[in-house]
Amino acid sequence: MAFDLVATAKRFVLWDFLIGFKLGLKYFFKPKFTVNYPYEKNPLSPRFRGEHALRRYPNGEERCIACKLCEAICPAQAITIDAEPRDDGSRRTTRYDIDMTKCIYCGFCQEACPVDAIVEGPNFEFATESREELFYDKQKLLDNGERWEAEIARNIALDAPYR
Amino acid sequence: MYDFFTTTNLGITLLVLGQVLLVVVPLLVALAFILWADRKVWAAVQLRKGPNVVGAFGLLQSFADFIKYVVKEIVVPAGADKFVYFLAPMTSLVLAMTAWAVIPFNEGWVLADINVAILFIFAVSSLEVYGVIMGGWASNSKYPFLGSLRSAAQMISYEVSIGLIIIGVILSTGSMNLTDIVHAQKGAGLWSWYWLPHFPMMILFLVSAHAETNRPPFDLPEAESELVAGYQVEYSSTPFLLYMIGEYVAITMMTALISILFFGGWLSPFPWLPDGIGWLLLKMAFFWFVFMMTKSIVPRYRYDQLMRLGWKVFLPMSLAWVVLVAFFAQYGAFWGTYARWTTGG
Repeated sequence: MAFDLVATAKRFVLWDFLIGFKLGLKYFFKPKFTVNYPYEKNPLSPRFRGEHALRRYPNGEERCIACKLCEAICPAQAITIDAEPRDDGSRRTTRYDIDMTKCIYCGFCQEACPVDAIVEGPNFEFATESREELFYDKQKLLDNGERWEAEIARNIALDAPYR
Repeated sequence: MYDFFTTTNLGITLLVLGQVLLVVVPLLVALAFILWADRKVWAAVQLRKGPNVVGAFGLLQSFADFIKYVVKEIVVPAGADKFVYFLAPMTSLVLAMTAWAVIPFNEGWVLADINVAILFIFAVSSLEVYGVIMGGWASNSKYPFLGSLRSAAQMISYEVSIGLIIIGVILSTGSMNLTDIVHAQKGAGLWSWYWLPHFPMMILFLVSAHAETNRPPFDLPEAESELVAGYQVEYSSTPFLLYMIGEYVAITMMTALISILFFGGWLSPFPWLPDGIGWLLLKMAFFWFVFMMTKSIVPRYRYDQLMRLGWKVFLPMSLAWVVLVAFFAQYGAFWGTYARWTTGG
Protein backbone atom coordinates (compact mmCIF):
# COMPACT_ATOMS: atom_id res chain seq x y z
CA MET A 1 0.00 0.00 0.00
CA ALA A 2 1.55 3.27 -1.12
CA PHE A 3 1.91 6.01 1.41
CA ASP A 4 -0.79 8.61 0.77
CA LEU A 5 0.18 11.88 2.41
CA VAL A 6 -3.21 13.55 2.04
CA ALA A 7 -5.11 10.58 3.41
CA THR A 8 -2.74 10.32 6.38
CA ALA A 9 -3.00 14.05 7.11
CA LYS A 10 -6.78 13.80 6.95
CA ARG A 11 -6.70 10.93 9.39
CA PHE A 12 -4.54 12.95 11.77
CA VAL A 13 -6.97 15.85 11.95
CA LEU A 14 -9.98 13.49 12.24
CA TRP A 15 -11.27 14.72 8.89
CA ASP A 16 -14.10 12.17 8.62
CA PHE A 17 -15.18 13.02 12.13
CA LEU A 18 -15.29 16.73 11.29
CA ILE A 19 -17.44 16.05 8.22
CA GLY A 20 -19.76 13.98 10.38
CA PHE A 21 -19.78 16.70 13.01
CA LYS A 22 -20.85 19.25 10.40
CA LEU A 23 -23.62 16.98 9.17
CA GLY A 24 -24.70 16.33 12.76
CA LEU A 25 -24.86 20.07 13.42
CA LYS A 26 -27.00 20.53 10.32
CA TYR A 27 -29.53 18.05 11.70
CA PHE A 28 -29.13 19.53 15.18
CA PHE A 29 -30.77 22.78 14.01
CA LYS A 30 -33.39 21.22 11.74
CA PRO A 31 -37.07 21.30 12.77
CA LYS A 32 -37.94 18.23 14.82
CA PHE A 33 -40.47 15.56 13.96
CA THR A 34 -41.52 14.81 17.53
CA VAL A 35 -45.26 14.90 18.24
CA ASN A 36 -45.86 15.86 21.89
CA TYR A 37 -48.18 12.90 22.23
CA PRO A 38 -50.61 13.55 25.06
CA TYR A 39 -50.90 17.18 23.95
CA GLU A 40 -50.61 16.70 20.20
CA LYS A 41 -51.93 13.79 18.18
CA ASN A 42 -51.42 12.61 14.64
CA PRO A 43 -54.49 12.57 12.37
CA LEU A 44 -56.32 9.21 12.11
CA SER A 45 -57.67 7.62 8.97
CA PRO A 46 -61.46 7.05 8.85
CA ARG A 47 -60.59 3.37 8.44
CA PHE A 48 -58.64 3.33 11.72
CA ARG A 49 -59.52 0.20 13.74
CA GLY A 50 -59.52 1.02 17.43
CA GLU A 51 -61.72 0.14 20.37
CA HIS A 52 -64.95 -1.71 19.60
CA ALA A 53 -68.44 -0.25 19.94
CA LEU A 54 -71.98 -1.56 19.45
CA ARG A 55 -74.18 0.96 17.67
CA ARG A 56 -77.90 1.77 17.91
CA TYR A 57 -80.39 3.07 15.36
CA PRO A 58 -81.41 6.72 15.73
CA ASN A 59 -84.64 5.60 17.41
CA GLY A 60 -82.62 3.91 20.17
CA GLU A 61 -83.07 0.31 18.95
CA GLU A 62 -79.97 -1.91 19.01
CA ARG A 63 -78.64 -2.65 15.56
CA CYS A 64 -77.29 -6.07 16.44
CA ILE A 65 -79.54 -8.89 15.31
CA ALA A 66 -77.46 -11.70 16.83
CA CYS A 67 -76.55 -13.28 13.48
CA LYS A 68 -73.21 -14.30 15.03
CA LEU A 69 -71.29 -13.65 11.81
CA CYS A 70 -68.74 -11.67 13.77
CA GLU A 71 -68.31 -14.47 16.26
CA ALA A 72 -67.88 -16.90 13.38
CA ILE A 73 -65.29 -14.86 11.48
CA CYS A 74 -63.28 -13.71 14.47
CA PRO A 75 -59.83 -15.28 13.90
CA ALA A 76 -58.89 -14.85 17.56
CA GLN A 77 -62.22 -16.18 18.82
CA ALA A 78 -62.51 -13.13 21.02
CA ILE A 79 -66.27 -12.68 20.60
CA THR A 80 -68.90 -14.65 22.54
CA ILE A 81 -72.59 -14.18 21.77
CA ASP A 82 -75.73 -15.64 23.33
CA ALA A 83 -79.11 -14.83 21.85
CA GLU A 84 -82.84 -15.51 22.32
CA PRO A 85 -86.08 -13.99 20.99
CA ARG A 86 -87.24 -10.88 22.78
CA ASP A 87 -90.86 -10.40 24.01
CA ASP A 88 -91.80 -8.66 20.73
CA GLY A 89 -90.48 -11.65 18.80
CA SER A 90 -87.32 -9.99 17.41
CA ARG A 91 -84.04 -11.78 17.76
CA ARG A 92 -81.53 -9.98 20.03
CA THR A 93 -78.39 -10.76 21.97
CA THR A 94 -78.54 -11.46 25.68
CA ARG A 95 -74.78 -11.55 25.88
CA TYR A 96 -72.16 -9.91 23.69
CA ASP A 97 -68.64 -10.19 25.13
CA ILE A 98 -65.35 -9.23 23.51
CA ASP A 99 -62.14 -10.31 25.14
CA MET A 100 -59.97 -7.30 24.25
CA THR A 101 -56.86 -9.17 25.34
CA LYS A 102 -57.49 -11.71 22.56
CA CYS A 103 -58.64 -9.28 19.89
CA ILE A 104 -56.09 -8.63 17.13
CA TYR A 105 -57.95 -5.58 15.71
CA CYS A 106 -58.23 -7.12 12.25
CA GLY A 107 -61.60 -5.51 11.63
CA PHE A 108 -63.23 -8.70 10.26
CA CYS A 109 -66.14 -8.33 12.70
CA GLN A 110 -67.16 -4.94 11.33
CA GLU A 111 -66.71 -6.23 7.77
CA ALA A 112 -68.92 -9.23 8.50
CA CYS A 113 -71.66 -7.27 10.23
CA PRO A 114 -74.68 -6.90 7.92
CA VAL A 115 -76.18 -4.02 9.93
CA ASP A 116 -73.08 -2.02 10.90
CA ALA A 117 -73.71 -2.85 14.55
CA ILE A 118 -70.24 -3.85 15.72
CA VAL A 119 -67.61 -1.35 14.60
CA GLU A 120 -64.08 -0.47 15.55
CA GLY A 121 -64.07 3.18 16.50
CA PRO A 122 -61.26 5.76 16.48
CA ASN A 123 -60.46 5.39 20.17
CA PHE A 124 -57.08 3.81 20.96
CA GLU A 125 -56.56 5.14 24.46
CA PHE A 126 -58.36 2.53 26.55
CA ALA A 127 -55.49 1.15 28.59
CA THR A 128 -56.64 -0.26 31.94
CA GLU A 129 -54.95 -1.06 35.20
CA SER A 130 -56.27 -4.61 35.40
CA ARG A 131 -56.78 -7.43 32.94
CA GLU A 132 -60.41 -7.93 33.97
CA GLU A 133 -61.35 -4.47 32.77
CA LEU A 134 -60.45 -5.56 29.23
CA PHE A 135 -63.16 -8.27 29.14
CA TYR A 136 -65.81 -6.06 27.56
CA ASP A 137 -69.50 -6.99 27.98
CA LYS A 138 -72.53 -5.86 26.02
CA GLN A 139 -73.21 -2.87 28.27
CA LYS A 140 -69.67 -1.55 27.92
CA LEU A 141 -69.81 -1.91 24.14
CA LEU A 142 -73.17 -0.14 23.91
CA ASP A 143 -71.81 2.68 26.11
CA ASN A 144 -68.85 2.98 23.77
CA GLY A 145 -71.30 3.21 20.89
CA GLU A 146 -73.09 6.11 22.52
CA ARG A 147 -69.88 7.86 23.39
CA TRP A 148 -68.28 7.59 19.95
CA GLU A 149 -71.40 7.59 17.68
CA ALA A 150 -70.63 11.00 16.10
CA GLU A 151 -67.08 10.04 15.11
CA ILE A 152 -68.08 6.52 14.03
CA ALA A 153 -70.93 7.80 11.84
CA ARG A 154 -68.61 10.38 10.26
CA ASN A 155 -65.94 7.75 9.58
CA ILE A 156 -68.44 5.33 8.00
CA ALA A 157 -69.76 8.14 5.77
CA LEU A 158 -66.24 9.15 4.73
CA ASP A 159 -65.28 5.57 3.95
CA ALA A 160 -68.49 4.72 2.08
CA PRO A 161 -67.27 5.81 -1.41
CA TYR A 162 -64.47 3.26 -1.24
CA ARG A 163 -66.69 0.26 -0.45
CA MET B 1 -12.47 32.95 63.68
CA TYR B 2 -9.51 32.90 61.27
CA ASP B 3 -7.41 31.17 63.89
CA PHE B 4 -10.08 28.56 64.45
CA PHE B 5 -10.05 27.51 60.81
CA THR B 6 -6.27 27.55 60.40
CA THR B 7 -4.89 26.22 63.68
CA THR B 8 -7.36 23.87 65.42
CA ASN B 9 -7.83 20.35 64.13
CA LEU B 10 -11.61 20.67 64.04
CA GLY B 11 -11.35 23.96 62.22
CA ILE B 12 -9.04 22.61 59.55
CA THR B 13 -11.24 19.54 59.09
CA LEU B 14 -14.31 21.73 58.68
CA LEU B 15 -12.50 24.00 56.27
CA VAL B 16 -11.36 21.12 54.10
CA LEU B 17 -14.83 19.59 54.24
CA GLY B 18 -16.31 22.90 53.16
CA GLN B 19 -13.87 23.13 50.27
CA VAL B 20 -14.66 19.59 49.19
CA LEU B 21 -18.39 20.33 49.25
CA LEU B 22 -17.71 23.49 47.27
CA VAL B 23 -16.36 21.31 44.46
CA VAL B 24 -18.62 18.27 44.76
CA VAL B 25 -22.00 19.97 45.10
CA PRO B 26 -21.71 22.23 42.04
CA LEU B 27 -20.28 19.25 40.15
CA LEU B 28 -23.24 17.03 40.98
CA VAL B 29 -25.77 19.77 40.24
CA ALA B 30 -24.03 20.51 36.96
CA LEU B 31 -24.08 16.78 36.24
CA ALA B 32 -27.88 16.74 36.37
CA PHE B 33 -27.98 19.33 33.61
CA ILE B 34 -25.15 17.68 31.68
CA LEU B 35 -27.18 14.46 31.61
CA TRP B 36 -30.17 16.45 30.36
CA ALA B 37 -28.06 18.25 27.75
CA ASP B 38 -26.56 14.93 26.63
CA ARG B 39 -30.02 13.53 25.92
CA LYS B 40 -31.13 16.78 24.29
CA VAL B 41 -28.18 16.94 21.92
CA TRP B 42 -28.49 13.30 21.07
CA ALA B 43 -32.20 13.75 20.40
CA ALA B 44 -31.71 16.91 18.34
CA VAL B 45 -29.31 15.22 15.93
CA GLN B 46 -31.84 12.41 15.50
CA LEU B 47 -34.56 15.00 14.79
CA ARG B 48 -36.32 14.33 18.09
CA LYS B 49 -37.07 16.83 20.84
CA GLY B 50 -35.72 14.87 23.80
CA PRO B 51 -36.98 15.28 27.36
CA ASN B 52 -39.23 18.35 27.44
CA VAL B 53 -42.00 17.62 29.93
CA VAL B 54 -40.50 17.85 33.45
CA GLY B 55 -39.91 21.53 34.17
CA ALA B 56 -39.21 24.22 31.58
CA PHE B 57 -37.66 22.57 28.50
CA GLY B 58 -37.45 19.37 30.58
CA LEU B 59 -34.65 20.88 32.66
CA LEU B 60 -35.73 18.96 35.76
CA GLN B 61 -35.75 15.59 33.96
CA SER B 62 -32.57 14.43 35.70
CA PHE B 63 -34.05 15.13 39.11
CA ALA B 64 -37.16 13.13 38.22
CA ASP B 65 -34.90 10.30 37.07
CA PHE B 66 -32.91 10.58 40.27
CA ILE B 67 -36.03 10.14 42.39
CA LYS B 68 -37.09 7.23 40.19
CA TYR B 69 -33.75 5.47 40.64
CA VAL B 70 -33.65 6.01 44.38
CA VAL B 71 -37.15 4.74 45.17
CA LYS B 72 -36.84 1.63 43.00
CA GLU B 73 -36.22 -1.73 44.57
CA ILE B 74 -32.61 -2.86 44.86
CA VAL B 75 -32.40 -6.35 43.39
CA VAL B 76 -29.45 -8.37 44.63
CA PRO B 77 -28.87 -11.50 42.56
CA ALA B 78 -28.87 -14.81 44.43
CA GLY B 79 -25.33 -15.91 45.20
CA ALA B 80 -23.90 -12.42 44.80
CA ASP B 81 -21.11 -11.38 47.09
CA LYS B 82 -23.12 -8.67 48.81
CA PHE B 83 -20.24 -6.70 50.27
CA VAL B 84 -18.33 -6.43 46.99
CA TYR B 85 -21.57 -6.06 45.04
CA PHE B 86 -22.39 -2.84 46.87
CA LEU B 87 -18.78 -1.73 47.22
CA ALA B 88 -18.19 -1.76 43.45
CA PRO B 89 -20.49 1.12 42.40
CA MET B 90 -19.38 3.16 45.39
CA THR B 91 -15.73 2.62 44.42
CA SER B 92 -16.55 3.72 40.92
CA LEU B 93 -18.19 6.96 42.06
CA VAL B 94 -15.82 7.83 44.89
CA LEU B 95 -12.73 7.37 42.74
CA ALA B 96 -14.21 9.43 39.94
CA MET B 97 -14.89 12.19 42.46
CA THR B 98 -11.48 11.92 44.14
CA ALA B 99 -9.61 12.93 41.00
CA TRP B 100 -11.25 16.36 41.21
CA ALA B 101 -9.15 17.17 44.26
CA VAL B 102 -6.20 18.23 42.13
CA ILE B 103 -8.00 20.04 39.31
CA PRO B 104 -7.18 23.78 39.37
CA PHE B 105 -10.27 25.78 38.44
CA ASN B 106 -8.56 29.12 38.53
CA GLU B 107 -5.32 30.70 39.72
CA GLY B 108 -4.93 29.04 43.15
CA TRP B 109 -8.43 27.51 43.15
CA VAL B 110 -7.41 23.94 43.80
CA LEU B 111 -8.23 21.62 46.69
CA ALA B 112 -4.84 19.91 46.87
CA ASP B 113 -2.01 21.69 45.10
CA ILE B 114 0.29 18.67 45.05
CA ASN B 115 3.29 18.49 42.75
CA VAL B 116 2.39 15.07 41.32
CA ALA B 117 -1.17 16.01 40.38
CA ILE B 118 -1.08 14.21 37.04
CA LEU B 119 0.25 11.02 38.60
CA PHE B 120 -2.52 11.27 41.18
CA ILE B 121 -5.22 11.61 38.54
CA PHE B 122 -3.67 8.79 36.57
CA ALA B 123 -3.50 6.52 39.61
CA VAL B 124 -7.07 7.24 40.64
CA SER B 125 -8.50 6.80 37.17
CA SER B 126 -6.62 3.50 36.85
CA LEU B 127 -8.25 2.33 40.06
CA GLU B 128 -11.67 3.02 38.51
CA VAL B 129 -11.23 -0.24 36.63
CA TYR B 130 -11.67 -2.01 39.97
CA GLY B 131 -15.24 -0.71 40.24
CA VAL B 132 -15.98 -2.39 36.93
CA ILE B 133 -14.20 -5.67 37.66
CA MET B 134 -15.64 -5.97 41.16
CA GLY B 135 -19.14 -5.22 39.90
CA GLY B 136 -18.89 -7.86 37.21
CA TRP B 137 -17.42 -10.48 39.49
CA ALA B 138 -19.65 -9.91 42.51
CA SER B 139 -22.84 -10.24 40.43
CA ASN B 140 -22.15 -13.99 40.21
CA SER B 141 -23.49 -14.20 36.68
CA LYS B 142 -21.71 -14.96 33.41
CA TYR B 143 -22.68 -11.96 31.31
CA PRO B 144 -21.68 -9.24 33.76
CA PHE B 145 -18.42 -11.10 34.29
CA LEU B 146 -17.65 -11.27 30.57
CA GLY B 147 -18.71 -7.65 30.25
CA SER B 148 -16.44 -6.56 33.06
CA LEU B 149 -13.50 -8.35 31.47
CA ARG B 150 -14.12 -6.54 28.21
CA SER B 151 -14.39 -3.18 29.97
CA ALA B 152 -11.28 -3.79 32.03
CA ALA B 153 -9.27 -4.74 28.94
CA GLN B 154 -10.52 -1.66 27.13
CA MET B 155 -9.83 0.77 29.97
CA ILE B 156 -6.35 -0.60 30.60
CA SER B 157 -5.43 -0.49 26.89
CA TYR B 158 -6.27 3.16 26.55
CA GLU B 159 -4.77 4.14 29.88
CA VAL B 160 -1.39 3.11 28.46
CA SER B 161 -1.59 5.57 25.59
CA ILE B 162 -3.12 8.29 27.79
CA GLY B 163 -0.16 7.88 30.14
CA LEU B 164 2.34 8.25 27.30
CA ILE B 165 0.49 11.28 25.91
CA ILE B 166 0.65 12.93 29.30
CA ILE B 167 4.39 12.23 29.53
CA GLY B 168 4.86 14.38 26.43
CA VAL B 169 3.14 17.29 28.17
CA ILE B 170 5.11 16.70 31.37
CA LEU B 171 8.35 16.71 29.37
CA SER B 172 7.65 20.08 27.83
CA THR B 173 6.47 21.59 31.12
CA GLY B 174 9.01 20.09 33.46
CA SER B 175 6.34 19.71 36.10
CA MET B 176 3.50 17.38 37.01
CA ASN B 177 1.60 20.09 38.81
CA LEU B 178 -1.49 21.05 36.83
CA THR B 179 -1.21 24.71 37.83
CA ASP B 180 2.35 24.78 36.49
CA ILE B 181 1.20 23.11 33.29
CA VAL B 182 -1.37 25.88 32.80
CA HIS B 183 1.22 28.54 33.59
CA ALA B 184 3.58 27.05 31.01
CA GLN B 185 0.91 27.68 28.37
CA LYS B 186 0.69 31.37 29.19
CA GLY B 187 1.76 33.78 26.45
CA ALA B 188 0.14 34.70 23.15
CA GLY B 189 -3.31 33.40 24.10
CA LEU B 190 -4.72 30.70 21.86
CA TRP B 191 -1.45 30.08 20.00
CA SER B 192 0.75 29.28 22.96
CA TRP B 193 -1.48 26.53 24.30
CA TYR B 194 -0.22 22.96 24.01
CA TRP B 195 -2.78 21.87 21.42
CA LEU B 196 -0.57 23.34 18.72
CA PRO B 197 2.87 21.87 19.53
CA HIS B 198 1.26 18.64 20.77
CA PHE B 199 -1.40 18.54 18.08
CA PRO B 200 -1.37 14.82 17.21
CA MET B 201 -1.41 13.95 20.90
CA MET B 202 -4.35 16.28 21.53
CA ILE B 203 -6.35 14.28 18.98
CA LEU B 204 -5.12 11.00 20.47
CA PHE B 205 -6.03 12.15 23.95
CA LEU B 206 -9.52 13.17 22.86
CA VAL B 207 -10.11 9.75 21.28
CA SER B 208 -8.53 7.86 24.18
CA ALA B 209 -10.68 9.84 26.60
CA HIS B 210 -13.76 8.47 24.83
CA ALA B 211 -12.43 4.92 25.09
CA GLU B 212 -11.26 5.35 28.68
CA THR B 213 -14.67 6.52 29.87
CA ASN B 214 -16.63 3.95 27.83
CA ARG B 215 -18.32 6.64 25.77
CA PRO B 216 -19.59 5.96 22.26
CA PRO B 217 -18.10 5.07 19.80
CA PHE B 218 -16.19 2.90 22.29
CA ASP B 219 -19.14 2.01 24.54
CA LEU B 220 -18.60 -1.73 24.01
CA PRO B 221 -18.97 -2.58 27.69
CA GLU B 222 -22.61 -1.54 27.61
CA ALA B 223 -23.44 -1.41 23.89
CA GLU B 224 -27.19 -1.38 24.36
CA SER B 225 -28.05 -2.48 20.83
CA GLU B 226 -25.84 -5.58 20.96
CA LEU B 227 -25.21 -6.59 24.55
CA VAL B 228 -27.40 -6.27 27.57
CA ALA B 229 -25.39 -3.90 29.73
CA GLY B 230 -22.00 -5.43 30.35
CA TYR B 231 -20.90 -5.32 33.96
CA GLN B 232 -24.07 -3.44 34.96
CA VAL B 233 -26.48 -6.22 34.01
CA GLU B 234 -27.39 -7.16 37.57
CA TYR B 235 -27.42 -3.61 38.92
CA SER B 236 -30.61 -1.69 39.50
CA SER B 237 -31.84 1.27 41.48
CA THR B 238 -29.31 3.31 43.48
CA PRO B 239 -26.20 1.16 42.79
CA PHE B 240 -26.86 1.55 39.07
CA LEU B 241 -27.31 5.29 39.62
CA LEU B 242 -23.92 5.42 41.32
CA TYR B 243 -22.30 3.72 38.33
CA MET B 244 -23.94 6.16 35.99
CA ILE B 245 -22.98 9.26 38.00
CA GLY B 246 -19.45 7.87 38.32
CA GLU B 247 -19.26 7.47 34.57
CA TYR B 248 -20.44 11.00 33.90
CA VAL B 249 -18.13 12.45 36.57
CA ALA B 250 -15.24 10.62 34.89
CA ILE B 251 -16.20 12.09 31.50
CA THR B 252 -16.42 15.59 32.98
CA MET B 253 -13.01 14.92 34.49
CA MET B 254 -11.68 14.04 31.04
CA THR B 255 -13.06 17.27 29.55
CA ALA B 256 -11.34 19.18 32.37
CA LEU B 257 -8.08 17.33 31.69
CA ILE B 258 -8.16 18.08 27.96
CA SER B 259 -8.87 21.74 28.73
CA ILE B 260 -6.01 21.97 31.21
CA LEU B 261 -3.39 19.91 29.40
CA PHE B 262 -3.93 21.13 25.86
CA PHE B 263 -6.15 24.20 25.99
CA GLY B 264 -4.67 26.32 28.73
CA GLY B 265 -7.13 25.71 31.56
CA TRP B 266 -8.46 29.04 32.84
CA LEU B 267 -6.29 31.09 30.43
CA SER B 268 -8.08 33.39 28.06
CA PRO B 269 -7.70 32.56 24.35
CA PHE B 270 -7.19 36.25 23.52
CA PRO B 271 -4.43 38.28 25.21
CA TRP B 272 -6.72 41.31 25.66
CA LEU B 273 -9.36 39.39 27.65
CA PRO B 274 -8.84 38.55 31.34
CA ASP B 275 -8.23 34.96 32.47
CA GLY B 276 -10.71 33.28 34.79
CA ILE B 277 -12.69 30.19 35.74
CA GLY B 278 -15.25 31.04 33.06
CA TRP B 279 -12.81 30.07 30.33
CA LEU B 280 -12.19 26.66 31.90
CA LEU B 281 -15.93 26.03 32.21
CA LEU B 282 -16.43 27.19 28.64
CA LYS B 283 -13.73 24.85 27.37
CA MET B 284 -15.17 21.95 29.38
CA ALA B 285 -18.63 22.70 28.01
CA PHE B 286 -17.23 22.72 24.49
CA PHE B 287 -15.56 19.35 24.94
CA TRP B 288 -18.69 17.97 26.54
CA PHE B 289 -20.53 19.07 23.41
CA VAL B 290 -17.96 17.21 21.32
CA PHE B 291 -18.54 14.11 23.48
CA MET B 292 -22.29 14.43 23.03
CA MET B 293 -22.07 14.95 19.28
CA THR B 294 -19.68 12.02 18.97
CA LYS B 295 -22.25 9.85 20.68
CA SER B 296 -24.83 10.78 18.06
CA ILE B 297 -22.76 10.73 14.86
CA VAL B 298 -20.10 8.02 15.18
CA PRO B 299 -20.89 4.33 14.73
CA ARG B 300 -19.66 1.89 17.36
CA TYR B 301 -16.27 0.21 16.95
CA ARG B 302 -15.94 -3.54 16.81
CA TYR B 303 -13.98 -5.01 19.70
CA ASP B 304 -11.00 -6.11 17.61
CA GLN B 305 -10.89 -2.69 15.94
CA LEU B 306 -10.88 -1.10 19.36
CA MET B 307 -7.94 -3.20 20.47
CA ARG B 308 -6.10 -2.66 17.20
CA LEU B 309 -6.52 1.11 17.53
CA GLY B 310 -5.36 1.10 21.11
CA TRP B 311 -2.34 -1.17 20.87
CA LYS B 312 -1.20 -0.93 17.25
CA VAL B 313 -1.91 2.72 16.45
CA PHE B 314 -2.11 4.83 19.59
CA LEU B 315 0.58 3.11 21.60
CA PRO B 316 3.37 3.31 18.94
CA MET B 317 2.35 6.85 18.01
CA SER B 318 2.38 8.17 21.54
CA LEU B 319 5.60 6.30 22.30
CA ALA B 320 7.29 7.83 19.23
CA TRP B 321 5.96 11.22 20.23
CA VAL B 322 7.48 10.94 23.71
CA VAL B 323 10.89 10.25 22.16
CA LEU B 324 10.45 13.09 19.67
CA VAL B 325 9.39 15.58 22.34
CA ALA B 326 12.31 14.51 24.49
CA PHE B 327 14.71 15.35 21.65
CA PHE B 328 12.97 18.64 20.87
CA ALA B 329 13.05 19.62 24.51
CA GLN B 330 16.66 18.63 25.04
CA TYR B 331 18.00 20.55 22.04
CA GLY B 332 15.59 23.47 22.31
CA ALA B 333 14.12 22.87 18.86
CA PHE B 334 11.39 25.23 17.57
CA TRP B 335 12.52 28.16 19.70
CA GLY B 336 12.05 26.18 22.89
CA THR B 337 8.36 25.45 22.22
CA TYR B 338 8.79 21.96 23.61
CA ALA B 339 10.88 23.03 26.60
CA ARG B 340 8.82 25.70 28.26
CA TRP B 341 10.56 25.19 31.58
CA THR B 342 13.79 26.55 30.12
CA THR B 343 12.07 29.66 28.79
CA GLY B 344 10.70 30.40 32.21
CA GLY B 345 7.12 29.30 31.40
